[in-house]
Amino acid sequence: MLVAALYNYWIVIALMMIGLFVVILGGNLVKKIIGLNIFQTSVFIFYISVGKVDGGSAPILTEGVELYSNPLPHVLILTAIVVGIATTALALALAIRIKQAYGTIEERDIQTRDSQC
Amino acid sequence: MLAHLPVLQVILPLVAAPSCLIIRKSGLVWLFTFLVSLAALTVSALLLQQVIDSGVISYHLGGWDAPWGIEYRIDILNAWVLLIVSALGTVVLAAAHTSIRRELEEGQQILFYTLYLLCFSGLLGIVATGDVFNVFVFLEISSLSTYALIALGRDRRALWAAFQYLVMGTVGATFLLIGIGFLYMVTGTLNMQDLAARLPAIGTSTTVLAAFAFILVGICLKLALFPLHLWLPNAYAYAPSVVTAFIAATATKVAVYLLIRFTVSIFGVDFSLSVLPLQHLLIGLGLLGVLTASVVAVYQMNIKRMFAYSSVAQVGYMIVGIGLGTAAGLQATLLHLFNHALMKGALFLALAGVVYRVGSANISAFRGLGRRMPWTMGAIVIGGISLIGMPLTAGFISKWYLISAAVDSSHWLVALLLVAGSLLAVAYVWRLVEAAYFHSPETPDKPADEAPLSLLIPTWLLALANLYFGVDTRLPLAVTEMASRTLFGGAL
Amino acid sequence: MELLVDIALLGLLLVTAVAIAWARDLLAAVMLAGIYGLLSASFFMVMGAVDVAFTEAAVGAGISPLLMLATLSLTGRFQAGTDTRRVLFSLSLVILVGALLVAATLDMPAFGSPEAPAQQHVAPRYITESMNEIGIPNIVTSVLASYRAYDTLGEVVVIFTAGLGVLALLMSLPPQGEPVRGELLSPMRGHRILRVIGKILIPPILVFALYVQFHGEYGPGGGFQAGVIFAVGFILYAMLFGLDVVARVVSNAVVQVIAAVGVLLYGTVGLLGMLTGNNYLDYRDLAGDPVTGQHIGIIAIELGVGITVASVMMLVFFVFSGQLAGRRAG
Repeated sequence: MLVAALYNYWIVIALMMIGLFVVILGGNLVKKIIGLNIFQTSVFIFYISVGKVDGGSAPILTEGVELYSNPLPHVLILTAIVVGIATTALALALAIRIKQAYGTIEERDIQTRDSQC
Repeated sequence: MLAHLPVLQVILPLVAAPSCLIIRKSGLVWLFTFLVSLAALTVSALLLQQVIDSGVISYHLGGWDAPWGIEYRIDILNAWVLLIVSALGTVVLAAAHTSIRRELEEGQQILFYTLYLLCFSGLLGIVATGDVFNVFVFLEISSLSTYALIALGRDRRALWAAFQYLVMGTVGATFLLIGIGFLYMVTGTLNMQDLAARLPAIGTSTTVLAAFAFILVGICLKLALFPLHLWLPNAYAYAPSVVTAFIAATATKVAVYLLIRFTVSIFGVDFSLSVLPLQHLLIGLGLLGVLTASVVAVYQMNIKRMFAYSSVAQVGYMIVGIGLGTAAGLQATLLHLFNHALMKGALFLALAGVVYRVGSANISAFRGLGRRMPWTMGAIVIGGISLIGMPLTAGFISKWYLISAAVDSSHWLVALLLVAGSLLAVAYVWRLVEAAYFHSPETPDKPADEAPLSLLIPTWLLALANLYFGVDTRLPLAVTEMASRTLFGGAL
Repeated sequence: MELLVDIALLGLLLVTAVAIAWARDLLAAVMLAGIYGLLSASFFMVMGAVDVAFTEAAVGAGISPLLMLATLSLTGRFQAGTDTRRVLFSLSLVILVGALLVAATLDMPAFGSPEAPAQQHVAPRYITESMNEIGIPNIVTSVLASYRAYDTLGEVVVIFTAGLGVLALLMSLPPQGEPVRGELLSPMRGHRILRVIGKILIPPILVFALYVQFHGEYGPGGGFQAGVIFAVGFILYAMLFGLDVVARVVSNAVVQVIAAVGVLLYGTVGLLGMLTGNNYLDYRDLAGDPVTGQHIGIIAIELGVGITVASVMMLVFFVFSGQLAGRRAG
């Protein structure tokens, strides 16, 4: 019973945690950014799951349809997706600059190079 | 027009930002940005007056009633924070022109002002809104612009600091998003008022507890609460000087505001401070932050970094105030919010002057600076004694209120440790004074070489404010008392 | 049936995520991230979130991998190994957070339940009243462009901010090497077949973008998706015929101004609400009757969104590929 009601959320949590794991583990900066992406996208999946209504159709009003999915989480996630790509673009630009300034985008190497000077 | 003040507060800088790109002349853009921020300051002063006179103002964006539309809700708490943010934002901007011309390339200057306005409006938007998802959106506006502004610093470490901040900040914002999602799930609403009304009925379900935890951690990442402060020192140290002054004076204040808004207004004091062991956690982490960061500050060679650690420590004081869980404690936090903005604004702007003339913020650069830059050093000394909390400075007032609040709620040990924190502040400020006044400069015969007036005037404005609000405390005391009373309502 | 698709998609997502975490080769990781985006778009489709699916497909499987690939060609393809202590630390932290999240689910309303609070309080009004109040079938558009139009303004400003940030970061680099000749900028310039197909494809892409822009009231679509598609048309052109050719049509400075104009358009429409005696972003008096007013307002702000998104996407792509060109030449 519990499994049937909540399986979706549990898988989404696993997805989030894989993303977060990649972010914290770090090492390579681009990998970190990919991890952030996975983490965020999984949160989007969570929100959209919250808006799911059994038997509901897409929230575009049509004759004869009574039950719709909840449009509000969709709107919120549209905004969040845009925020996500904005962050990704900025992070990648920073990674390029870091590569040019330090000659590497490995976290450990950057830190050793900083402690040398 | 008066009815539209809440939205004008945020919309003015928000719409002015893209206009900068169309003006395209760096001098003009600076003037334009400065006028816009002056307008925002005027709006915030009028708002505070309005709230004091006639109570909470609610503004329905798009004309849709809350909770279906987004509401701006100005009460005494956020009117106060709006005033702090726009005042400091304006003063720092007045100094920006000179410093930025020295520290940034020609092509970057217009982008700097645009990003500055975006960050400014983002911060104001976080404070003004009454909708939790809207908080997330404006948080990201201010965060993204802050990352870019920090990365404009000349040292390559600015890039690395900006990247670390970006990762921490994004994780924090996503945690906040998770928390907001949970809240929406159990209440069906995003409006703060509505949430506050609906949450008590749900009680302590694990979903609400987790929402609280995620929101708390998300905000504390932004707040740089010890031990989540790791991104802050480098970001402050290597950002362009005026950027440091700006974010040190405003960004952490906004995060503290959010913490108060969520714990006290939305979840409610009963839930936040009694259901969970949060009271002990906040006081513990706050004190740990005060002591550790102050000790680390003593050993810093880079003075910008030193004051950055001092900021982590000062955030600790504010958190202790919230953790005390009394109206008096909250009042102390709100007072310190204002006073700390004044101190750090003055200090970092003075440092901008030092960097402008000497080209470095290392302790060695300060040797003999008392004679070479008497006015700038004078401002640093005033900021420093205010930071320590000596009588007749603004810093004294907030420390006094905080320590009395601790004593009143019989947290004797807390009061004692707070005093110890102040003594540590004496240690790190003294190092600077010693270098500036008791060491001879490396080149002894250099004549006085003051920072330009355009930097000196804003710096001294803030330094004098530190003295003024140490003596005439009517306004901050009245406002913060009103705010803490309303927030605690019938709870105590 | 739906349940099976749902579980299958979630399973695939899980496998992809693990593969990304595992990959040492960043090129593979980026490709997998693209697949992850596409899979989540499919999942959104199954959940009935058509607009979100559309956007996620364009962003997660389009723009985002594109930018990552450009970055990889500048920063290198392989990552170094990670030390075990760090792995253990990250693992324990993540397990802690995950456990908290799982605990949170135990009190949650069941997945898909129509009685869940989220479906009860605020949302029903959008479903039952939006036709009378706004007069367009796509509820998502009604909410994002009118009920919560202020969030959408914030979203446009976020993307604008990111564009400026990227510009501020990458523009300041010292010029590297000689001015770049055309073919360096367009690896596919030599491919005649690609160029012919491109020439045929690009006009329909731009027309499709316009369709998506103005059809958002009735079906999935709107300013953001249209902006992305429009930018893709230009990006494709730049890849096939060279950045310099595109730069002749639209220079970097012009694109910046256009991006600003989009935000200004949105902001000004909001101010018009104030001039007509209502609140900010209230469109009801922009025309004779409220529903027409809402229509005009929504079309205008969606246009602002489209303009800013398209120009920022182009700007970011130009700046990134400018870096690539600089390196190849240098």
